[in-house]
Amino acid sequence: MNVVIVGCGRVGGFLAGLLDSEGHHVSVVDIAAISPARAERAWFQHLPSSFKGEPILGDGTDLEVLRQAGIEQADAVLALTEGDNRNLMTAQIAKKIFGVKRVIAKVNDPVRAQMYRQMGIDTLSRTSILGTLLFAMLMEDREVGEVLLRKALAHEEEIAHEPVKVR
Amino acid sequence: MYFVVAGAGEVGFHLSQALLEAGHEVTVIEADRRRANFVQEKLGSIVLNAAADEGRAQMEAGCSRADAVIAVTGDDAKNLVICQLAKHKCRTPRVIARVNNPKNEIVFKTLGIDETVSSTRVLMGVIEQELPSGGFMPLMPLAGSANEVIEAEIASGTPPAGKTIGSLRLPTGALVGVVVRRGKLLHPDEDTKLEVGDRVIVFSATASESEVRKALFG
Repeated sequence: MNVVIVGCGRVGGFLAGLLDSEGHHVSVVDIAAISPARAERAWFQHLPSSFKGEPILGDGTDLEVLRQAGIEQADAVLALTEGDNRNLMTAQIAKKIFGVKRVIAKVNDPVRAQMYRQMGIDTLSRTSILGTLLFAMLMEDREVGEVLLRKALAHEEEIAHEPVKVR
Repeated sequence: MYFVVAGAGEVGFHLSQALLEAGHEVTVIEADRRRANFVQEKLGSIVLNAAADEGRAQMEAGCSRADAVIAVTGDDAKNLVICQLAKHKCRTPRVIARVNNPKNEIVFKTLGIDETVSSTRVLMGVIEQELPSGGFMPLMPLAGSANEVIEAEIASGTPPAGKTIGSLRLPTGALVGVVVRRGKLLHPDEDTKLEVGDRVIVFSATASESEVRKALFG
């Protein structure tokens, strides 16, 4: 699968590593928040040392940057920056302008997440997902999230044992 | 009429003031408390200190009875979401967005926000119209599509001067619709020779704008 990930924070870096290790082609877009020099470090900070995909410095709501990241050939686009609005804009550009089939936006505000889902943009709210999962753990509700938790913990193990590359 | 202005920066502040002076009812939403207080002191209690990109704030501001919501923050993605929230959640009949990056005008239109204002675009238009020769100006986007109309003046020493339209290296799909020569309209074909001073009206995909510029100016 060709995947474009916009936003390479902890979640973006984590997912990019997972997809890359499964043999998918991944481009990761992130913007220079402060200075290009610092941004470059910030990027790679959350990517595993084994990452073979393409990191691209740029604004994930800019059509040219998205083209450069290969959005025209992408099977999936994931908008995972820290900004709900930017994620929603990127997701809509991917879906409505480039016609990407699978598009998911991380939206922390559950109200916005719900509204855009109604408008046909798949959204995932960390707030409601994590909240629901925590609640289930406390209540020892095994049905909710047991599979998810087991998988997440397994991925954490893999990452924890990965050798650190010196840059 | 009733207007909700989202964002009380310089644009939002002066817009709200002008609307009030014109006798309209206005609520301005501003997330920064200090800025909200400042505007409240100047314009009276028309300020809501909240985040305009949240549904709750829009409901509180009465976007559902507003004649228009105008998003004028300095963040394009935020302005897009404010307008979409107002349109879909509050059913505001008219939404207007300020776009800071002129390239986003076409993006906003494709995503259902038809009315946009780009100060960059307006200023560029004014400046480029003033150019003595070689002016290149995207005139307007074509509604409901990612295409636009461009006007350009043929300058001496550029690739098209003295050449036929057929020999222009325009991007695929781009079309010279009409040539204005000494004030008269010319309907061009492949063999029409372009002269210095001609103004050509080109229809093109917005994404190919830079290629059209290249074909006309080298």
